[in-house]
Amino acid sequence: MVKLDFSIGDLHFKNPVLTASGTFGYGSEFDDFLDVSRLGGIIVKGTTLEPREGNAYPRMAETPSGMLNSVGLQNKGIDYFEKNIYPVLSKYNTNVIVNINGSYIDDYVALAERISRLEKIPAIELNVSCPNVKKGGMAFGTDIGTLREVTSAVRAVCSKKLIVKLSPNVTNIVDLARVVEEEGADSVSLINTLLGMAVDVNRMKPSLSTITGGLSGPAIRPVAIRMVWQVAQAVNIPVIGIGGIMTAGDALEFFLAGASAIQVGTASFIDPLASVSILEGIEDYLNNKGFSDIREIVGYINKSH
Amino acid sequence: MTKRIEFLRITENKRINKDLFTLELSGSERIPEMKPGQFVQAKIEGSPGTFLRRPFSVHDVNYPQNTFKLLISIAGRGTEALSKLVNGDLLNLIYPLGNFFTLPKKGQRILLVGGGCGIAPLLFLAKYLKSNDFIPDILLGFRNKERIIEYDEYSEAGKVFLTTEDGSRGTKGIVTEHPVLSSEGYDVIYCCGPESMMKAVVKYCRQNRIECEVSLENLMGCGIGACLCCVVETVKGNLCTCVDGPVFNINDLKW
Repeated sequence: MVKLDFSIGDLHFKNPVLTASGTFGYGSEFDDFLDVSRLGGIIVKGTTLEPREGNAYPRMAETPSGMLNSVGLQNKGIDYFEKNIYPVLSKYNTNVIVNINGSYIDDYVALAERISRLEKIPAIELNVSCPNVKKGGMAFGTDIGTLREVTSAVRAVCSKKLIVKLSPNVTNIVDLARVVEEEGADSVSLINTLLGMAVDVNRMKPSLSTITGGLSGPAIRPVAIRMVWQVAQAVNIPVIGIGGIMTAGDALEFFLAGASAIQVGTASFIDPLASVSILEGIEDYLNNKGFSDIREIVGYINKSH
Repeated sequence: MTKRIEFLRITENKRINKDLFTLELSGSERIPEMKPGQFVQAKIEGSPGTFLRRPFSVHDVNYPQNTFKLLISIAGRGTEALSKLVNGDLLNLIYPLGNFFTLPKKGQRILLVGGGCGIAPLLFLAKYLKSNDFIPDILLGFRNKERIIEYDEYSEAGKVFLTTEDGSRGTKGIVTEHPVLSSEGYDVIYCCGPESMMKAVVKYCRQNRIECEVSLENLMGCGIGACLCCVVETVKGNLCTCVDGPVFNINDLKW
């Protein structure tokens, strides 16, 4: 039996395969296809204080080996989440993590306080990297001073494990990861989508109503792996790798580069079973290579062998 | 209805005209019960530029033979790859997805309106209505006679009326200009077609207080309500075409 578990501080995950926020709904969308409780955790749809309708249609465009989206954090707000979604989520025997978003630092603080009161949510993912909202979003995650401020403010009220999801739309992601660690984050997850754009040649208009959007899918994977590799060497908190993971092989690239866990995102749209297939593939790989614990391969390429 | 992900075998690929073809699929297991309006998400192989699945309405179902059909328009590289599938090839589907048309009330006069590839769910709907003792009229609109699809099967379920924009067959004009609309006094209209056509039908129905359901074909990511990309503006806020639709009562649409 290969050991697949990992921990963020004293928070234990049965395995390192999680699902990325905004790509796995609230889990129940996938109940027909897989046993969600097999996963190490799920990060549910980005949640805000007030309900949000998101951006106008069209909010998606297919691009080479990926897609652009500008959903814009459509969600029913924290009140609805607490009343109607949270009770249902507790059926899953896995770590359910809430991704929080705001327009102001006070929004993040208020959300962190609310989530901290929810017994069955063991961690918060702080989304300071959404490129699709007019106010806040990525702005919090691309400026070092603001990132420090929001992380520090949330840390002060957050009694759960705090994961900060980093934006790749920066000059030096390592600096941002260090700041987040200094301010007390328990983990960093990266990368969120890359800011991108496409033009509909037939309609002679931007493909998205918002003109620009977030690029995801295999197209961004090499960027993600590079950033995970850089950050993993610079911080002492667990790094969660995200970006175009479609197969177990893709996931293993992240582990070998230094990730302690991964999130499966866009792949779930094309193959609802992707997360579980990836988990099984990782286990097979470790067995075949003769490893007994996934920790043995985390950052493997950075060590001398 | 439980959604499945599985491979189905192509048992027929039939060209309808320059742009349209039908794929008949057979399950190794018993195919699930499906309802008119529901759709599948097909994974496209052999088209490197095609990343996401493609949604297609269920066109016709034959439970005794354990087969069903999709009517597909060649709109890009993904659908072109599908048009090249041959008998015995496998196609990976997530299905059945979405909601479905609601049955009319007894005694209501029913019209199905379809145009172009949008007629796809209407054959299944016409047959379903017939099996539930409703006899619909069916109004089909096409650009010209080259684009017409054979409608013998529709005729078995109800009386078919035809329009072409250039008048090369049937009544000249668009569907909302066909005289049958005003002469028959329909109570319910079910519609699927190009957006411009559906909007004209919606306008007509609102003006004449006719109940109407339309089936939308917004761009989709996942098809299962996870990505929130295929939304349509409704009186209940932005709703996903894939799980809250594709069929919408026009009273809910902000069209």
